[in-house]
Amino acid sequence: MRRYSVFAVAREGLRYHTGWERAWRSPQPKKKYDVIIVGAGGHGLATAYYLGKNYGITNVAIIEKGWLGGGNTGRNTTIIRSNYLQDPSAAIYDKALKLYENLSQDLNYNVMFSPRGLIMLAQTHHEVRGYQRTVMANQLQGVATEWVTPEQLKKLVPIINIHGPRYPVMGGLYQKRGGTARHDAVAWGYARACSDMGMDVIQQCEVKGVRTEGGKVVGVLTTKGDIDCDKLGMVVAGHTSVLAEMAGFRLPIESVALQALVSEPIKPCMDVVVMANTVHGYMSQSDKGEMVIGGGTDSFNNYTQRGSFHHIEETVRALVETFPMVSRLKMLRQWGGIVDMTGDRSPILSKTPVDGIFVNCGWGTGGFKAIPGSGWAMAELMAKGHSPLTQEFDMFRFREGKFIDESVAAGVAH
Amino acid sequence: MSTRLANSGRLIDRSKPVEFKFNGKRFKGYEGDTLASALFANDQMMVGRSFKYHRPRGVVASGAEEPNALFNMGEGGRFEPNQRATTQELFDGLTIRSQNHWPSLEFDIGAVNQLFARWLPAGFYYKMFIHPRPFWKHVYEPFIRQSAGLGQVPQEKDADTYEHFYYFCDVLVVGGGIAGLAAALKEGQAGKKVLLLEQTADFGGRAVVDGVEIDGKSAEAWVQDTLAALNAMPNVTVRNRNMASGVYDHGYVLGYERLTDHLSDKSGPRHRLWRIRAGHIITATGAIERPLSFAGNDIPGVLLAAAVRDYVVNWGVSVGDRTVVVTNNDDAYRTAIILKNAGLAVPAIIDARASGAGPIAAEVEKLGIRVLKGKAIAKVKGKTRVTGVKVCLQAGEGSVIEEIACDCVAMSGGWSPVVHLWSHCGGKLNWDEDLAMFRPDPSRAPTGADGKAFVSTVGSASGYLSTADVLKDAGLEVTTNEVAAAPLEPVWLMPQGAGPKLRMKAWLDYQNDVKVSDVQLAAREGYESVEHTKRYTTLGMATDQGKLSNINGLAILSKSLDASIPNVGTTTFRPPYTPISMGAITGAARDELFQPIHKTPMFDWHDANGADWEPVGHWRRTYAYVRNGETVHDAVNREILNVRENVGTLDASTLGKIIVKGPDAGKFLDMLYTNMMSTLGVGKCRYGLMCNENGFLSDDGVVVRLAEDTWLCHTTTGGADRIHGWMEDWLQCEWWDWKVYTANVTEQFAQIAVAGPKARQLLEKLGGNMDLSKEGFPFMTYVEGKLGEFDARIFRISFSGELSYEVSVPASQGAALWAALQEAGKDLGVMPYGTEAMHILRAEKGFIMIGDETDGTIIPQDLNLQWAISKKKEDYLGKRAQERSFMASPDRWKLVGLETLDGSVIPDGSYVPAPGYNPNGQRNVQGRVTSTYYSPTLKRGIAMGLVKHGPDRMGEVIEFNREDGTMVKAKIVDPVFYDKDGEKQNV
Ligand SMILES: Cc1cc2nc3c(=O)[nH]c(=O)nc-3n(C[C@H](O)[C@H](O)[C@H](O)COP(=O)(O)OP(=O)(O)OC[C@H]3O[C@@H](n4cnc5c(N)ncnc54)[C@H](O)[C@@H]3O)c2cc1C
Repeated sequence: MRRYSVFAVAREGLRYHTGWERAWRSPQPKKKYDVIIVGAGGHGLATAYYLGKNYGITNVAIIEKGWLGGGNTGRNTTIIRSNYLQDPSAAIYDKALKLYENLSQDLNYNVMFSPRGLIMLAQTHHEVRGYQRTVMANQLQGVATEWVTPEQLKKLVPIINIHGPRYPVMGGLYQKRGGTARHDAVAWGYARACSDMGMDVIQQCEVKGVRTEGGKVVGVLTTKGDIDCDKLGMVVAGHTSVLAEMAGFRLPIESVALQALVSEPIKPCMDVVVMANTVHGYMSQSDKGEMVIGGGTDSFNNYTQRGSFHHIEETVRALVETFPMVSRLKMLRQWGGIVDMTGDRSPILSKTPVDGIFVNCGWGTGGFKAIPGSGWAMAELMAKGHSPLTQEFDMFRFREGKFIDESVAAGVAH
Repeated sequence: MSTRLANSGRLIDRSKPVEFKFNGKRFKGYEGDTLASALFANDQMMVGRSFKYHRPRGVVASGAEEPNALFNMGEGGRFEPNQRATTQELFDGLTIRSQNHWPSLEFDIGAVNQLFARWLPAGFYYKMFIHPRPFWKHVYEPFIRQSAGLGQVPQEKDADTYEHFYYFCDVLVVGGGIAGLAAALKEGQAGKKVLLLEQTADFGGRAVVDGVEIDGKSAEAWVQDTLAALNAMPNVTVRNRNMASGVYDHGYVLGYERLTDHLSDKSGPRHRLWRIRAGHIITATGAIERPLSFAGNDIPGVLLAAAVRDYVVNWGVSVGDRTVVVTNNDDAYRTAIILKNAGLAVPAIIDARASGAGPIAAEVEKLGIRVLKGKAIAKVKGKTRVTGVKVCLQAGEGSVIEEIACDCVAMSGGWSPVVHLWSHCGGKLNWDEDLAMFRPDPSRAPTGADGKAFVSTVGSASGYLSTADVLKDAGLEVTTNEVAAAPLEPVWLMPQGAGPKLRMKAWLDYQNDVKVSDVQLAAREGYESVEHTKRYTTLGMATDQGKLSNINGLAILSKSLDASIPNVGTTTFRPPYTPISMGAITGAARDELFQPIHKTPMFDWHDANGADWEPVGHWRRTYAYVRNGETVHDAVNREILNVRENVGTLDASTLGKIIVKGPDAGKFLDMLYTNMMSTLGVGKCRYGLMCNENGFLSDDGVVVRLAEDTWLCHTTTGGADRIHGWMEDWLQCEWWDWKVYTANVTEQFAQIAVAGPKARQLLEKLGGNMDLSKEGFPFMTYVEGKLGEFDARIFRISFSGELSYEVSVPASQGAALWAALQEAGKDLGVMPYGTEAMHILRAEKGFIMIGDETDGTIIPQDLNLQWAISKKKEDYLGKRAQERSFMASPDRWKLVGLETLDGSVIPDGSYVPAPGYNPNGQRNVQGRVTSTYYSPTLKRGIAMGLVKHGPDRMGEVIEFNREDGTMVKAKIVDPVFYDKDGEKQNV
């Protein structure tokens, strides 16, 4: 792989950029791989990357029915934080955050990780207590978060209205290390690194069936033919129940639309990410200057990747209430993604009833921030058969009632 | 030089001059001008700077597709960035400032980026700025953010208002060009309820500009006649300045009406958002002309050919004195004819087609215009405006044949139907090789619940370009004066063999500075999917959403990949069609009306008596009644002590009240609650718990049996709507055959808790016909009758541990009863108390609070509430879940009381660490606090918490963390701190 650097760009500039090589190859599938990962979203690509990097397993194919990064990885609002309440969540999200901090250097691809800080507003007494609890929990988890007063908050976010009138801001939960990254770059950076390790990223190839023998996986049927494997990782977010069905087991996943929108670009006016869960909206500013806005999910199951206007309306109202200047901006584009929701709103990283098949799904509305940590942990699980990071996220927890419920402290889990 | 012509201008009113300000300079225009036409009339060619290279930019289009002419507009609370000059109508006093430059439009420091342009190709930032690590956050990113972004940030609160409007129609026609008018006429005549929306102020679209004759009438006259016919039909509504911005599932459409944007007088709502439910949607949205990709096609003075003639015909302005037309189709010849007829010079038409145009060629020849066939523009000359073009062979690589001096270039690369609305809900497209355009495929339309198409297209939106074909598509056979056109020849790059130097100067996306070379680079680097290319290069992601650039970019991509255009495919079309204001989306729901505050009947009394308000759900509740000289904390303590010693009143009206009635009501409540409710005697009260399917406690409250078949269920304040919805969910989806009726009557009643040793005395002072004695009205029962003059239900229940009554009266009597109680209780020392006192009173008694002791992960057993779970019932919601292994585990944290050793208050949210760390390096924990308060009654900090094996560890001292890292020691005790035997509530 030719490394990216300012010097490489300088050299190429002189010859009209004709010398750049492909970021990833476009191979035909081989007959057999040690490991097949289905789904070239962030989680699938990161799983493959750490299988190679940490365990030397590089005879790997990542199979994608569309274009890599085209699922929710390329549709989300890119909020990154690790100030989760429950221990297993804080562990995996903080692992992810730590990996994000060095990801550009690790992948030699600028993923524009921007630890600009993130604040979750408390607008009721109940929320104040909830976030104070999170601060206390985070302290014991080794995740640095702090409580900020409305005055401190106003300094950090000058465009905010802390005086209501409906829900005055009573303070906030602040994680300085939180922030955003460029979503496409995360997928592309991992894909390039995987391809460089000799892995095959196979796009436009849909998995149509799973082949098993004696309770063990032996391969997949795809639109580009049959491909054999020893181990199979299903990392297909909202389509996981479809794939699980092909392998003969069921998962407690519901698929619903989550929407987001951006404003037209304006000059920099907000340097942190703000989430306002009482009114149900959150906002950050992209490097391009667009205000990136998100809210809640539709309440009906759906696969269409577009949502109802009703939610856009609710979200925009919430933002205008919180940041009155938003009223004088325009909505440039709205879109939706299908998110995979589990019963406790926490992911599943698990072995399955079929030997050799592993699932990584259920990231729902908040899995972008987890990508590196999830890939790291999933690779460990697939390579070694167990991982402390995935242990609590086992799919059998629903049978035991061992939920990891994050909706406890905050309504939105983006 | 661009200027106002002596005559022409069908839309302007020369008798009404208008003044406006551009970058502080005073300019003049006329009523009917757009900002763009008025700027041309004042010879303002350069209007802004591009996003990345800060290149000088001028207006290129005349409508919604304009990518360049965006302005900071207005002042103060009416300031708004990124206003598009081509769709903004001029009004007196309008002020604009150009964007994205520093210090000025003419001298922009950011323009140095142009010098480095060759090192800033698509995606350069992915390859650079990687080292050293801290530099991205502290140096590179702030710099990039500062140079990116377009308009300025609004500073003040929006001074305008907005509203929503609901509309239902059989047929919605979008677009007031001839196709839309004809379609609306046809549907109107068929008796349908029709709504026609036109985004601009004016009707007729292209036909009126092009001067077509329809059945011997001028298009103008045809349009006026048709409009008159439509306006005469009572079943047809026609609205201008109203853009259909998005099509959503089930025939839902948003109309974005701009009411005052074109007026000096800003009174009244600014925008009105129409929320339309249409039986069928016909999009007659026309087509948009495509630019041609040649070097320098972004220099101010290069415009779309149709826009150049729009400016002459509609607004009487010429973009330049000498205009070179460059085209691959016949349509642009019209521009040459119109310019020539307006007395302007057209030195040449450069036609990329070797065979040239059809019969229209003869017309231009008659006017003496030179036509260069098979030729192309190698390069446009000029910096801040066009000074000439270099001509070459289209088939070649760009060797210059001749230079032509000019100050305007009118380009046309063909037309693309506006398929956005068709596509929003999944309408599919076919590629038409001959016309080089994507056309809607009627066999793959968006479908509704009945499986039938709910969107269709008509006219140019279907891909028809001649007036006769357009009207035929709308069901009208007409004759026109149009001549047949020779076929267009797709030209995606000009000249076709342009080398890298030229390609680096051939713009595709003007606003985002994406050039032909960028798309080719993306393809070379493997970003082959059209979505990858778009995202890697940012093609089509600017505020115009690629209306001009998408097809051209797609064609370059498919060429680079050696694939056909339809195989490469388009990116997804997302609403809105053009950006709509957040203000309009918000409508009236802002400030006080953003989630209207629910007020109890006693609200005004509280407000007048020192209420410190707390938002709870949609309600405002009194946290405490603060008297002069008191802190909130003092007030809370005073209120608590007064309840313990005398009597207090609490406004409990916000508690949810749901009537459940019917033959199966008892059976239903037995499923809903963990307790048995069917056996509750009439006139009796029972405290009940509700769990969700996962077994977790979701709400609690007192259930009262009002009559044989009627129960009244109290819920928490926040729970009323949720629990009512939950009940209906089960009744409608699962137990639809059960005979049960529910009604949420929360707001129909005012409820007052009267608590304290003197509570009975107080009520008795009001008089009435009810026996309130201990024997006559025992604990956990209720009576109905007259309390003084009030119609009351009184429940003998207690959430404070004191002798307590909850008095419920019709909402209309609430304020009077409250006042009567304060008056009658004066000598008993009555005081109102707020929610915080209520919380502490209950905590002193060890009563749990939903939302404090519970958080969605707690089962009743964790809170030692086994007594409230009926053993006799076969089933209730959550029962099965509670039997799962982890729920039954003895290791679950259980409720205990906590007393700090030093009497201090444990901080909210505090945890109890346990020795050691888990495999992920996190500190082990063994419990946490759930409610923690200073108890004025006990004069010390008290708390409840959940602790592993807690009830077995009575007397043990454990440690809680604080935010500053220190610890608080507390002893595990019984959670009932006060009046353990419950003697006080039972007197
Ligand atoms: C609007 C929105 C906003 C969000 N905001 C945030 C946020 O701010 N922060 C945050 O952390 N998270 C956010 N999320 C969530 C986040 O995007 C997801 O959790 C995360 O991207 C999921 O990644 P993934 O790799 O699991 O799934 P995906 O990226 O969806 O990848 C799954 C892939 O599997 C492929 N696939 C499916 N079926 C098959 C098959 N049969 N064969 C082959 N391939 C198949 C799909 O095509 C897809 O590419 C948001 C999501 C949405 C929709």
